[in-house]
Amino acid sequence: MTAVETTAATTGHRTVTGRLWWRPDRAGTPIVLALVLIVGSLVFGDSFASGRNLGNIALDSSYLLLIATGMTFVVLSGGIDLSVGSLLALSGVLTAYGAQWGTLTAVLLPLAVCGVIGLVNGLLIGTAGIAPFIVTLASLLFARGLAFAVADEGNKVHLIPADLALTRLGQARWLGLSAPVWFALVVFAAAVVVLNRTRFGQSTFAVGDNLEAAGLMGLPTARVRVLVYVVSALLTGIAGVLVAAQTQSGLPTIGEGRELEAIAAVVIGGTLLTGGAGSLAGTLAGVLLLKVIQNLINQVGTLTSYYQQVVSGTFLIVVVLIQSRLTRRRMR
Amino acid sequence: MSIPALDVRTVSKHFAGVRALTDVSLELFPGEVHALVGENGAGKSTLIKVITGVYRPDDGEMHYLGEPAAFAHPRDAQTAGVSTIYQEINLVPMRSVAANLYLGREPVNRFGLIDFRRMHREAGELLAGYGITVDVRRRLGELGLGVQQMIAVARALSTEARVVIMDEPTSSLEPREVDLLLDVVALLRRRQIAVLYVTHKLDEVFRICDRVTVLRDGRVAHTGPVTGTSRLRLVATMLGRDIDQIRRHGATTFGDHRPAATGTPVLRAEGLTRRPLLDGVSVEVHAGEVVGLAGLLGSGRTETAKAVFGADRLDEGAVTVDGGSARRWNPAAAIRSGIGMVPEDRKAEGIVGDLSVRDNIVLAALPRLTTAGFLSRRREDAIVDTFVRRLRIKITGPGQRVRELSGGNQQKVLLARMLCLHPRVLILDEPTRGIDVGAKAEIQALISELATLGLGVLLISSELEEVVEGAGRVLVLRDGALVAVLHDDEVSEARIMREIAQASEGGTA
Repeated sequence: MTAVETTAATTGHRTVTGRLWWRPDRAGTPIVLALVLIVGSLVFGDSFASGRNLGNIALDSSYLLLIATGMTFVVLSGGIDLSVGSLLALSGVLTAYGAQWGTLTAVLLPLAVCGVIGLVNGLLIGTAGIAPFIVTLASLLFARGLAFAVADEGNKVHLIPADLALTRLGQARWLGLSAPVWFALVVFAAAVVVLNRTRFGQSTFAVGDNLEAAGLMGLPTARVRVLVYVVSALLTGIAGVLVAAQTQSGLPTIGEGRELEAIAAVVIGGTLLTGGAGSLAGTLAGVLLLKVIQNLINQVGTLTSYYQQVVSGTFLIVVVLIQSRLTRRRMR
Repeated sequence: MSIPALDVRTVSKHFAGVRALTDVSLELFPGEVHALVGENGAGKSTLIKVITGVYRPDDGEMHYLGEPAAFAHPRDAQTAGVSTIYQEINLVPMRSVAANLYLGREPVNRFGLIDFRRMHREAGELLAGYGITVDVRRRLGELGLGVQQMIAVARALSTEARVVIMDEPTSSLEPREVDLLLDVVALLRRRQIAVLYVTHKLDEVFRICDRVTVLRDGRVAHTGPVTGTSRLRLVATMLGRDIDQIRRHGATTFGDHRPAATGTPVLRAEGLTRRPLLDGVSVEVHAGEVVGLAGLLGSGRTETAKAVFGADRLDEGAVTVDGGSARRWNPAAAIRSGIGMVPEDRKAEGIVGDLSVRDNIVLAALPRLTTAGFLSRRREDAIVDTFVRRLRIKITGPGQRVRELSGGNQQKVLLARMLCLHPRVLILDEPTRGIDVGAKAEIQALISELATLGLGVLLISSELEEVVEGAGRVLVLRDGALVAVLHDDEVSEARIMREIAQASEGGTA
């Protein structure tokens, strides 16, 4: 039989890149991040590049990284999760509320509730076939409402006792970095392994790429689509526990707009909003880029923090524009 | 003979009162390549879907490897060893070649993590077994369709398949890729796998298939060995024509008006090429002339129509109307130049069911009916009223929703939409499909009437008699190329079938 090596070149499929691990849409964000870091250090010197400031950036990024990691799974599967901002608040409030019965309750209660909400999201989307946008918009409202209800319409702020194990763990520092940073990194590393080295992870890509084909290939598409929302809700739950432990309280008002920030980080990190292609490494770069820019704008005393949103928005458009051009070329 | 790998016995299937399959039986033996042919709506896809468990048959039974079997889901069929390779390649284009081969059953190490090195090595070996050398780490979507199709085959086979169903696997492949795929089919036969090969290309039937089953109107019209079956007989069976006694002028209601093609043509399309579906087709239509396009399903009839109308991007070719053309040839330019088209698939490409009859008719004419962006309801109604009366569209009023109309009246609404643009040439793709006999007759009469009034018509129909009796000149297409132009007395069902049945150049048998 004849070899078909040459066929790819002759049938009009323009090859953007030969290999999977070197792609401009993935490499772009880390390069921009590096440039921003260098420029920041040169312009602001020690006030930016000090260990203290970088530690703050890391702490600030850790919560977003947890949420965006879960969001990456969801977006790769072709879905979207709008509920994470509200879930962050709900998780924090439940942590503080549960703290009256000790650390174990303070951790397990929010995770259990978030897990259930994620499962319901997933079942409605993956099994009942309702649009992710609608389902998670509903749970955005539901979770926010529940958070306020637990906090007695915001009148009552549950506090976490300072002597609780949770408080000490949440506020611990190790090698100059706060505990949430380490938690986020460990969870992130585990997520990288799950996404890239397990059948569930590989199926997540396949489901987002071509749902019908994935089904015909015999993949458990419904299970995959349910699980990604559970992952997203659980990682957000962990972030909520860590926020509460840091601040020793649970406020029902936090996390508003966090879902959009997380989606922005995922997309800036090169994951296609339509699913099927992307990476967690990209998401990490996306999270750091957003947070570093935010920090830099705070360094300039004359600019309000709202400029951070202006810059983030601009980045988002640029990245999506590049993505759509690359995708279109690839699909030709 | 050995027991069949797959034995379908008198299977029937209805959809909302319409019989899609009636008492269909089919035996597939190990090591046999069995062709399944038939025109649009013959029941090929329904049969495949019944076999693979997408549909459940109303009646009849199926035996797989000698045991009674009924699959509840395509997944079950696949697990049992009945693999299907679909026409549109059902793989995930953004994942690597190896991932596509092993998705869902990737080799894992002792920690339960995917062993990519082993997966890539095994994927390479697997493909090498089919003569495909390709970097398995590349994205599938970057490869040619032929290689992708072969990878789909390789995946289907690596699941220990005993029966492989191929649904028009070569429809989007280049000739060289077709050769490769047919080599693989021959390999399957040697491995004693039973292959059900669905195709509309006669050359492929005679090239690789051992037996052939013809479906027509949901029934088995013929089943038997390929050797000894003549091409002409096969075409006649598919089209439901008895070659010995072909009726002459009876069933249709076209007028006798058939002016000879004189002077310069209104429409001139030259060398329309869209690889691999269309290969240098040229069409001319004169004013007052009905030109028929004949050919089997997939021969390029609809593709030609769409190319003329500018709906598909072409590799080569030019369309001129009255000697003029446009820099960018697209439907808008075609309409401006005076071409109207009523597409094959009314529901998907034409009718907006939730809009009223009035809105559907004036849709395409909107730009001409507005004054400074505002619509004149009075002018709309005048136009709608004219066409409703002229085409005898049966409606309760111009505000009635098109969804509520019968197929024939929907078709007339579409015709009216095109006619109110005052076209010079009208392209009609299967204008009478799926409508009742009475409406069919009315539309056929209408086509003749329009031609008498000086309109050029390009008529596409899979019903031979419609083409023969409606058109003064018939272009015969085969495998995307124009193979014959028949004039006046040459136009007959027998002649068209002979042209269709001719072996293509390079084809065997």
